[in-house]
Amino acid sequence: MGALFRSEEVCLVQLFLQSGSAYNCVSELGELGLVEFRDLNTQVNSFQRKFISEVRRCEEMETTFAFLEQEIGRSLWPPLIGPLPVPSPAPFAPQPRELMAIEEESERLAWELREVSRNRDSLRSQLTLLSQYRGVLIQTHPLTASQAPPPPQSLETAALMDHRQDTRLCFVAGVVHPWKVPVFERLLWRACRGYIIVDFREMEQRLEVPETGEKVHWMVFLISFWGDQIGQKVKKICDCFHTHTFAYPEHTAEREEILIGLQNRIMDITTVLSQTEGYLQQLLARCVVALPRWKVSVAKCKAVQTVLNLCSPSVTDKCLIAEAWCPARKLLLLQSALIEGTRKSGSMVDSFYNRLPSPGSPPTLFTTNSFTSAFQSLVEAYGVAAYREINPAVFTIVTFPFLFAVMFGDVGHGLLMALAALWMIRQDTPKNIRSSNELWRLFYEGRFLILLMGLFSIYTGAIYNECFSKGLSLFPSGWHLQPMNWSDETLRGNQFLTLDPSVSGVFLGPYPFGIDPMWHLANNHLSFLNSYKMKMSVITGVLHMTFGVCLSFFNYSHRGQWSSVFLVLLPELLFLQSLFGYLLVLVVLKWLLFGPAASDTAPSILVHFINMFLMADSKDNTPLFSGQGQQHPLVTDTSSINTLHGDLERGEREEDEEVIEKFDAAEVFMEQAIHTIEFCLGCISNTASYLRLWALSLAHAQLSDVLWVMVMRISLSWQGMLGSVVLAVVFSLFALLTVSILLVMEGLSAFLHALRLHWVEFQHKFYSGTGYKLNPFSFSSIIDSL
Amino acid sequence: MASCLFCGPKLAACGIVISIWGVIMLAMLGIFFTTHSAVLIEDVPVTEEDMREDKTPPNNVYSLYNQVGFNCFIAAGIYVAVGLLSFCQIKLNKRNEYLVH
Repeated sequence: MGALFRSEEVCLVQLFLQSGSAYNCVSELGELGLVEFRDLNTQVNSFQRKFISEVRRCEEMETTFAFLEQEIGRSLWPPLIGPLPVPSPAPFAPQPRELMAIEEESERLAWELREVSRNRDSLRSQLTLLSQYRGVLIQTHPLTASQAPPPPQSLETAALMDHRQDTRLCFVAGVVHPWKVPVFERLLWRACRGYIIVDFREMEQRLEVPETGEKVHWMVFLISFWGDQIGQKVKKICDCFHTHTFAYPEHTAEREEILIGLQNRIMDITTVLSQTEGYLQQLLARCVVALPRWKVSVAKCKAVQTVLNLCSPSVTDKCLIAEAWCPARKLLLLQSALIEGTRKSGSMVDSFYNRLPSPGSPPTLFTTNSFTSAFQSLVEAYGVAAYREINPAVFTIVTFPFLFAVMFGDVGHGLLMALAALWMIRQDTPKNIRSSNELWRLFYEGRFLILLMGLFSIYTGAIYNECFSKGLSLFPSGWHLQPMNWSDETLRGNQFLTLDPSVSGVFLGPYPFGIDPMWHLANNHLSFLNSYKMKMSVITGVLHMTFGVCLSFFNYSHRGQWSSVFLVLLPELLFLQSLFGYLLVLVVLKWLLFGPAASDTAPSILVHFINMFLMADSKDNTPLFSGQGQQHPLVTDTSSINTLHGDLERGEREEDEEVIEKFDAAEVFMEQAIHTIEFCLGCISNTASYLRLWALSLAHAQLSDVLWVMVMRISLSWQGMLGSVVLAVVFSLFALLTVSILLVMEGLSAFLHALRLHWVEFQHKFYSGTGYKLNPFSFSSIIDSL
Repeated sequence: MASCLFCGPKLAACGIVISIWGVIMLAMLGIFFTTHSAVLIEDVPVTEEDMREDKTPPNNVYSLYNQVGFNCFIAAGIYVAVGLLSFCQIKLNKRNEYLVH
């Protein structure tokens, strides 16, 4: 109860964990996600801690798991859709025996996978080579078969040939990558001009390139040449281009034999390869089944060992001592977790805890549910609350959507926003909660916030009487034209006529709810609305800020700083109220006392206020209430004396209290003076800052009006039946622009301004935001990050 | 029937959202035009001659109002058709999801 108004009470506990059951106790605490452990071994290097070998072991296993996962990604067929599934229910932190079993099995799987992969790759490259050879033989068969047989040797030619050793026709046959063919050809021609004949044929089958794994049509080439030296050159060039050359027999019969042999070998290798693939898939399937549980178990073990590293061993070395922050109302749960851990490890001696006094400020803890977490994160983006400080998030639940709605007010847009939020709320499947799309997650986590913003916008839209920039006339309007008794000539001759409310029967009373729809047809619509919205913004602002200042009372009373209540809070309140509270009173009085009949002679609040400060008086400005002239000096004097008093008193008080510590009197006075000046100037600038409520609502209204006039009106005014088709098409454009400009852009803008008003104008009055969050040791956060 | 699928799941979802919005909003606009609401006077294509040459005022203006109103209803009807089409597409997409590829 009251867990959101103030942060929870957090105390420092000292845990005495028996050596045998330490692992199990910490693992129980991790399952609960209850406490935050403090590091007791800060002076010790991370390599010298006690349980470092265990952590190392876990890390090695994680490397093996990473390798297994990589292999799964590379070779599994059919490939996995999405990441590995999260095991449910999640396994507990493993006992030493389980851990050893996991280690053994994962290493064995990894070793087998490596072997099989290697075999498979070598088989594949062999198959490629054989296929290339076969391709060469098949493709070059028509080339050499058509050649005439060598001429019969006569005596003369034989004698000639004995001398010249390079008269026999030699062949080099092989395959080359198709992209290298032009360069290859050109180089061969330039190097061996005229002494070679090169033929290129493309292979029919696509085979893979060993390095990259992509499949190309290799180019078969057959080089016929005479002479040894040419042969050397050709062979060197072939090596240069990474071609695969094969022995090319001259006679057809030999070629046929080799071809048959090749075919057989290719069939054999294909069989072996398919069996290897099958075995590989089996291994990978085993990995997929076992890997999620192993990963979670090892992650939990590693987390527990890391926490045990934070503990310090006791003198007798029988137990480990740990220090942790624990919420005060969960101490019994802590005790039961320790008992459970002891029971699981089968130890006889209990582990127990001992409460310590907190050094310094404990961390803040707020328990939020999915509704309040959005508002809490809005506040925490400014600063985490100091320990046991008033949490503005409670009030933000209502004030933030309200201030947003004041700037956004439109029934139609609010309805769209609320419906979108309702749809998001219905989408609470696990896939959406853990989605990897950052933008979606942002909107999803704020779904309740968006719903409230939409609902409040419907309300303010009803008050402003705007629905997609058109007024709604749910009730009959209070303005009537007939009693003005305008003649036909008046109506025909003038473009604009003024409805005078002082003529009886024209204005029969204010509209029951919101702004009269007649104003949408008036020319001075904006000047009326501006006056209304500005006053409303100032009223809202002053009320919001007063509320903020009053909240600081709770902070002071909790810390027992009663002097601050009298010396800081009261002067601040008095200053604020005597100036801006008085302005509020003037505004409300004018609304109450001066009706439409007296609209000619109503006083100007602006002139009155200026005169108050200048201590002057305007004769033709009627006072709002009798004795107003005397009130003004009183109010001004009160505020000025007040500030001075508050400044001096506070400075003196500081001097009395902090006698023990060293302080600088001048510094304290200076600080207080700065604070006072900051507050006074801040009041004025902050009140003016609330006028953005008016500015943004005006901008929104004008934007939606422009959108309607420029988009919808064209289609509505289209003559004839074609108008309906044009209307249908233009409506989708209107819908698109409404969503993108008015909902998204204006929505974000109003959101930002409402947030700024909360952070700077409201929270600055009472909130320090200098705390740090309690970060409990919890397995669920570790598993989420896997 | 598989060839009838011409848009993916997201486009079909957009289509059905716009159709629902269009049907509701255009139907309401149509109702407001046919009941001659004064707030919508600027959207009706009224000209000077319509107002001056009127024998039985304000029936000219009223008939213009009705025309625009009927246009709105027809457009709403078009969106009903678009909505049904999108709904069919969604159904076909859902069916394809369960097929083994």
